[in-house]
Amino acid sequence: MLGSLAAPSFLGGIANAANDKAAGVAFALNHFGVSESDMQKALAAALEKGGDYADLFFEHTFRNSIGLQDGAVNRASSNIDFGMGVRVLAGDQTGYAYVESVTPEEMLKAAVTAARIANSSGSKKPENMTEKPIVKNYYAIQQPWDLVSVKEKTPYLQVINDRIFELDNRVVKVNASLGDSTSHILFCNSEGVIYYDYRPMVTLGAVCIMEQDGKIENSYASRAYRMGAEFLNDDIIETIAKEAVEKTALLFDAVKPKGGEMPVVMGAGGSGIFLHEAIGHAFEADFNRKNISIFSSQLNKKVCNEHINVVDDGTIPFNRGAVNIDDDGVDGQKTYIVKEGVLASYLHDRISAKRYGIPSTGNGRRESFRMMPIPRMRATYMEAGNVTEEEMISTVKKGIYAATFTNGQVQIGAGDFTFFVKNGYLIEDGKLTQPIKDVNIIGNGPKALADITMVGNNYEMDNGTWTCGKDGQSCPVTCGMPSALVSKLTVGGES
Amino acid sequence: MITNDNKKLAQWAMDFALKNGCQASRVSLYKGSNCSFEVRDMKIDRLTQASESSLVIHLFADGRYGSFSTNRLEKIELEKFIQNGIDSTRYLAVDEARTLPDPSLYYKGGGKDLELTDPRFDSINPDEKKGLALKVCDEIMGKDARIISATSSYGDDKNASYMVASNGFEGEKSSSTYTLAGSVSIKGEGEARPESYWYDSAVFLSKLVKEGIGTKALERALRKIGQQKTASGKYTMVVDNMNSSQLISPIVSAMYGSSIQQKNSFLLDKLSSKVLGENVTLIDEPHLTGKRGARYFDNEGVRTSRMPLFEKGILKNYYFDTYYATKLATAPTIGSPSILTIEMGSKNIDGLIASTGKGILVTGFNGGNSNSSTGDFSYGVEGFLIENGKLAQPISEMNITGNIITLWNNLAEIGNDVRESSSWRIPSLVFEGVDFSGL
Repeated sequence: MLGSLAAPSFLGGIANAANDKAAGVAFALNHFGVSESDMQKALAAALEKGGDYADLFFEHTFRNSIGLQDGAVNRASSNIDFGMGVRVLAGDQTGYAYVESVTPEEMLKAAVTAARIANSSGSKKPENMTEKPIVKNYYAIQQPWDLVSVKEKTPYLQVINDRIFELDNRVVKVNASLGDSTSHILFCNSEGVIYYDYRPMVTLGAVCIMEQDGKIENSYASRAYRMGAEFLNDDIIETIAKEAVEKTALLFDAVKPKGGEMPVVMGAGGSGIFLHEAIGHAFEADFNRKNISIFSSQLNKKVCNEHINVVDDGTIPFNRGAVNIDDDGVDGQKTYIVKEGVLASYLHDRISAKRYGIPSTGNGRRESFRMMPIPRMRATYMEAGNVTEEEMISTVKKGIYAATFTNGQVQIGAGDFTFFVKNGYLIEDGKLTQPIKDVNIIGNGPKALADITMVGNNYEMDNGTWTCGKDGQSCPVTCGMPSALVSKLTVGGES
Repeated sequence: MITNDNKKLAQWAMDFALKNGCQASRVSLYKGSNCSFEVRDMKIDRLTQASESSLVIHLFADGRYGSFSTNRLEKIELEKFIQNGIDSTRYLAVDEARTLPDPSLYYKGGGKDLELTDPRFDSINPDEKKGLALKVCDEIMGKDARIISATSSYGDDKNASYMVASNGFEGEKSSSTYTLAGSVSIKGEGEARPESYWYDSAVFLSKLVKEGIGTKALERALRKIGQQKTASGKYTMVVDNMNSSQLISPIVSAMYGSSIQQKNSFLLDKLSSKVLGENVTLIDEPHLTGKRGARYFDNEGVRTSRMPLFEKGILKNYYFDTYYATKLATAPTIGSPSILTIEMGSKNIDGLIASTGKGILVTGFNGGNSNSSTGDFSYGVEGFLIENGKLAQPISEMNITGNIITLWNNLAEIGNDVRESSSWRIPSLVFEGVDFSGL
């Protein structure tokens, strides 16, 4: 839909936003209808009970989606979400309140509520505000979603539908959807930092349902980026259509493997879910400052083969996990969490960085103004090694090759993690043989990391619609990986 | 909680849509407030408090349909928002199946109070809330040398909604929830820090279990020490009442109209067929007073009534909302589950374990998924070996794999120990011959 509340004059300049820094906060103050003086008053009230830090997080998000079912684009929805949250820190304690109206009175009310976390007589004063510019904009867009009507979007879903039906005559149903969102974020804190960030997102996906000899199977393909409507083109439509068909067609010949411990070759790309679950969450510093992660005493220790480097990166242009400035007011960064086999860094937010006495890694993120920031991953991936995938497979006498994934989970303290393999292959005598499907794989983080014996030269980022859940907050992320051999994991299957 | 002004606003939004080109419309206005205290090691770690409201409008224009939601409730903004929604909807394909429900199916009022809202909600002192959370933490702190971290939380929320539809529906709902939880991390073997939790949740604060939450969380964490995987094979599986709902979830998903109409369901064409075991009688029971999930009408305003889903294993009904029922040229039921109940047996979890000679008790799932077309599933699990009717070695890092229909045909026994805090009232369950993958 047309976003009548957006500011076309500013949006027209988005591609050059990095060059027009002053316009950022000035635009945002006008957009939210607040003044620096109102914000200073709210911050002062937030600190009145003795808190040592406070911030205000304003958000105005527009979401749109259209959906295709039974051959026609026949549903649309939109959502507008608007509000601001006040956070007060007293040591590592947090007070949080939010309101959906940003009048000075409402802001003060929220500030007074959040201030209650502290209970001392000292009253710190907020510093004067200085705009923190977006030094590098990792998601400068060309065509804002606000200016793209449903009419312009529908043909893309129609083509996806038509292509999927053309590609395989077993297709019986297609569900396709296109979602976009645009968030205006204004942040200021008691240390005098104020910034504005414009956060676009697009997700495009198709579910394909096929029938063969009375059996039905389904699979899907999706892509997500921090991009504007320039994302939509013929190539991406063709890619999604083909991938959805290929992933579904494979399933008719696939079997469930025999279960148990065995070597697993993780295919390039989506296998990054292995990193996300096996180590990524357990490296988030809130779990480590509380000493409840299985990796809590492993910092600066060797945790795996010295050829392995793992990165959590907020600086990949247009990536779903890209972060210009995090929700703590810290610049987006590229962080090595494993460097040459050593656990090099946890993923920090403001609270944990202070606890460890180091600069934050810029991982403080929040789902919306309703939530306080906590350490979250961004784009998590392993750097390429030097082995070909063929060599890797040839070393496995009996195991499985995991190709595509749907979801995963981890227990932070025990270290047990899982990921669900939608499809893959058996490996028998060094070769891929029978296709397999629908198996859960389970392992233990530190053991699995130490059991990575080979890393491929074929790194790929998976740009699917990955959304990470933690503490009731959803957060857009991505993951990537070269192919890798894990010498032992437990594969679900028949006995 | 819903004021006359709120109702007038929803009615105004509906009228605005009708005056500007819609032939039909439904509007829901939601309001909520919530508060939480989280305690870590006897210190308040987080406190949060907020109130919110939003409006959702469904637009039916020229045979086309769109739904739009916002928390910007000033009329001047709503006018633009609804007008933009109408403009967007008009670009869509015509979909004749999109209509409001037949008015004869609407709930017309007159039901007794379902007692889902605590009248005390707005008068509870914050110190009382904080005190409850601190007490849970106090039950854990210092009780075992292996404790690394003890956390607890008190949370409450109250929600109310008002719905109005242009072909004659008007209805209102509200509910309150209180939750008290404790979790513990302990020093395990090597670097492992096993964690567990316990909680209770209730509609009325007076009914919330306030004693023993922390103690139970600690007990559940300590019994995890020494977890290891055991040999792969077929085992009798006992699933406790904290986790049994996970195994009914793929079946409920497969009963939705969207799954059936889109041919993405392993229950397609199975109506009136015997699908599950003879011992499975599953009912949608919407009018249980004071129970979470109770309601007189669904999300479209359609009145609810007791609805058998499976009777002695025979599939009796799907969840058909107006849209998918129209597409399938069949009668609608209701769009989603209310309260699920299953015909129960006579034993609690201890009795079920005692009567299981050898097997595995599942006390937690860890990831996994199921195939909506085939019912094939694979889930990570943890729990305990059962030997001679008693809990033995704690196990973890294992998977169960199979087909959900086969699993429910191998249901050996149903417990009687429903958790009151859940709207899916599924007790502990026993299944025979389940494939476990481990060593």
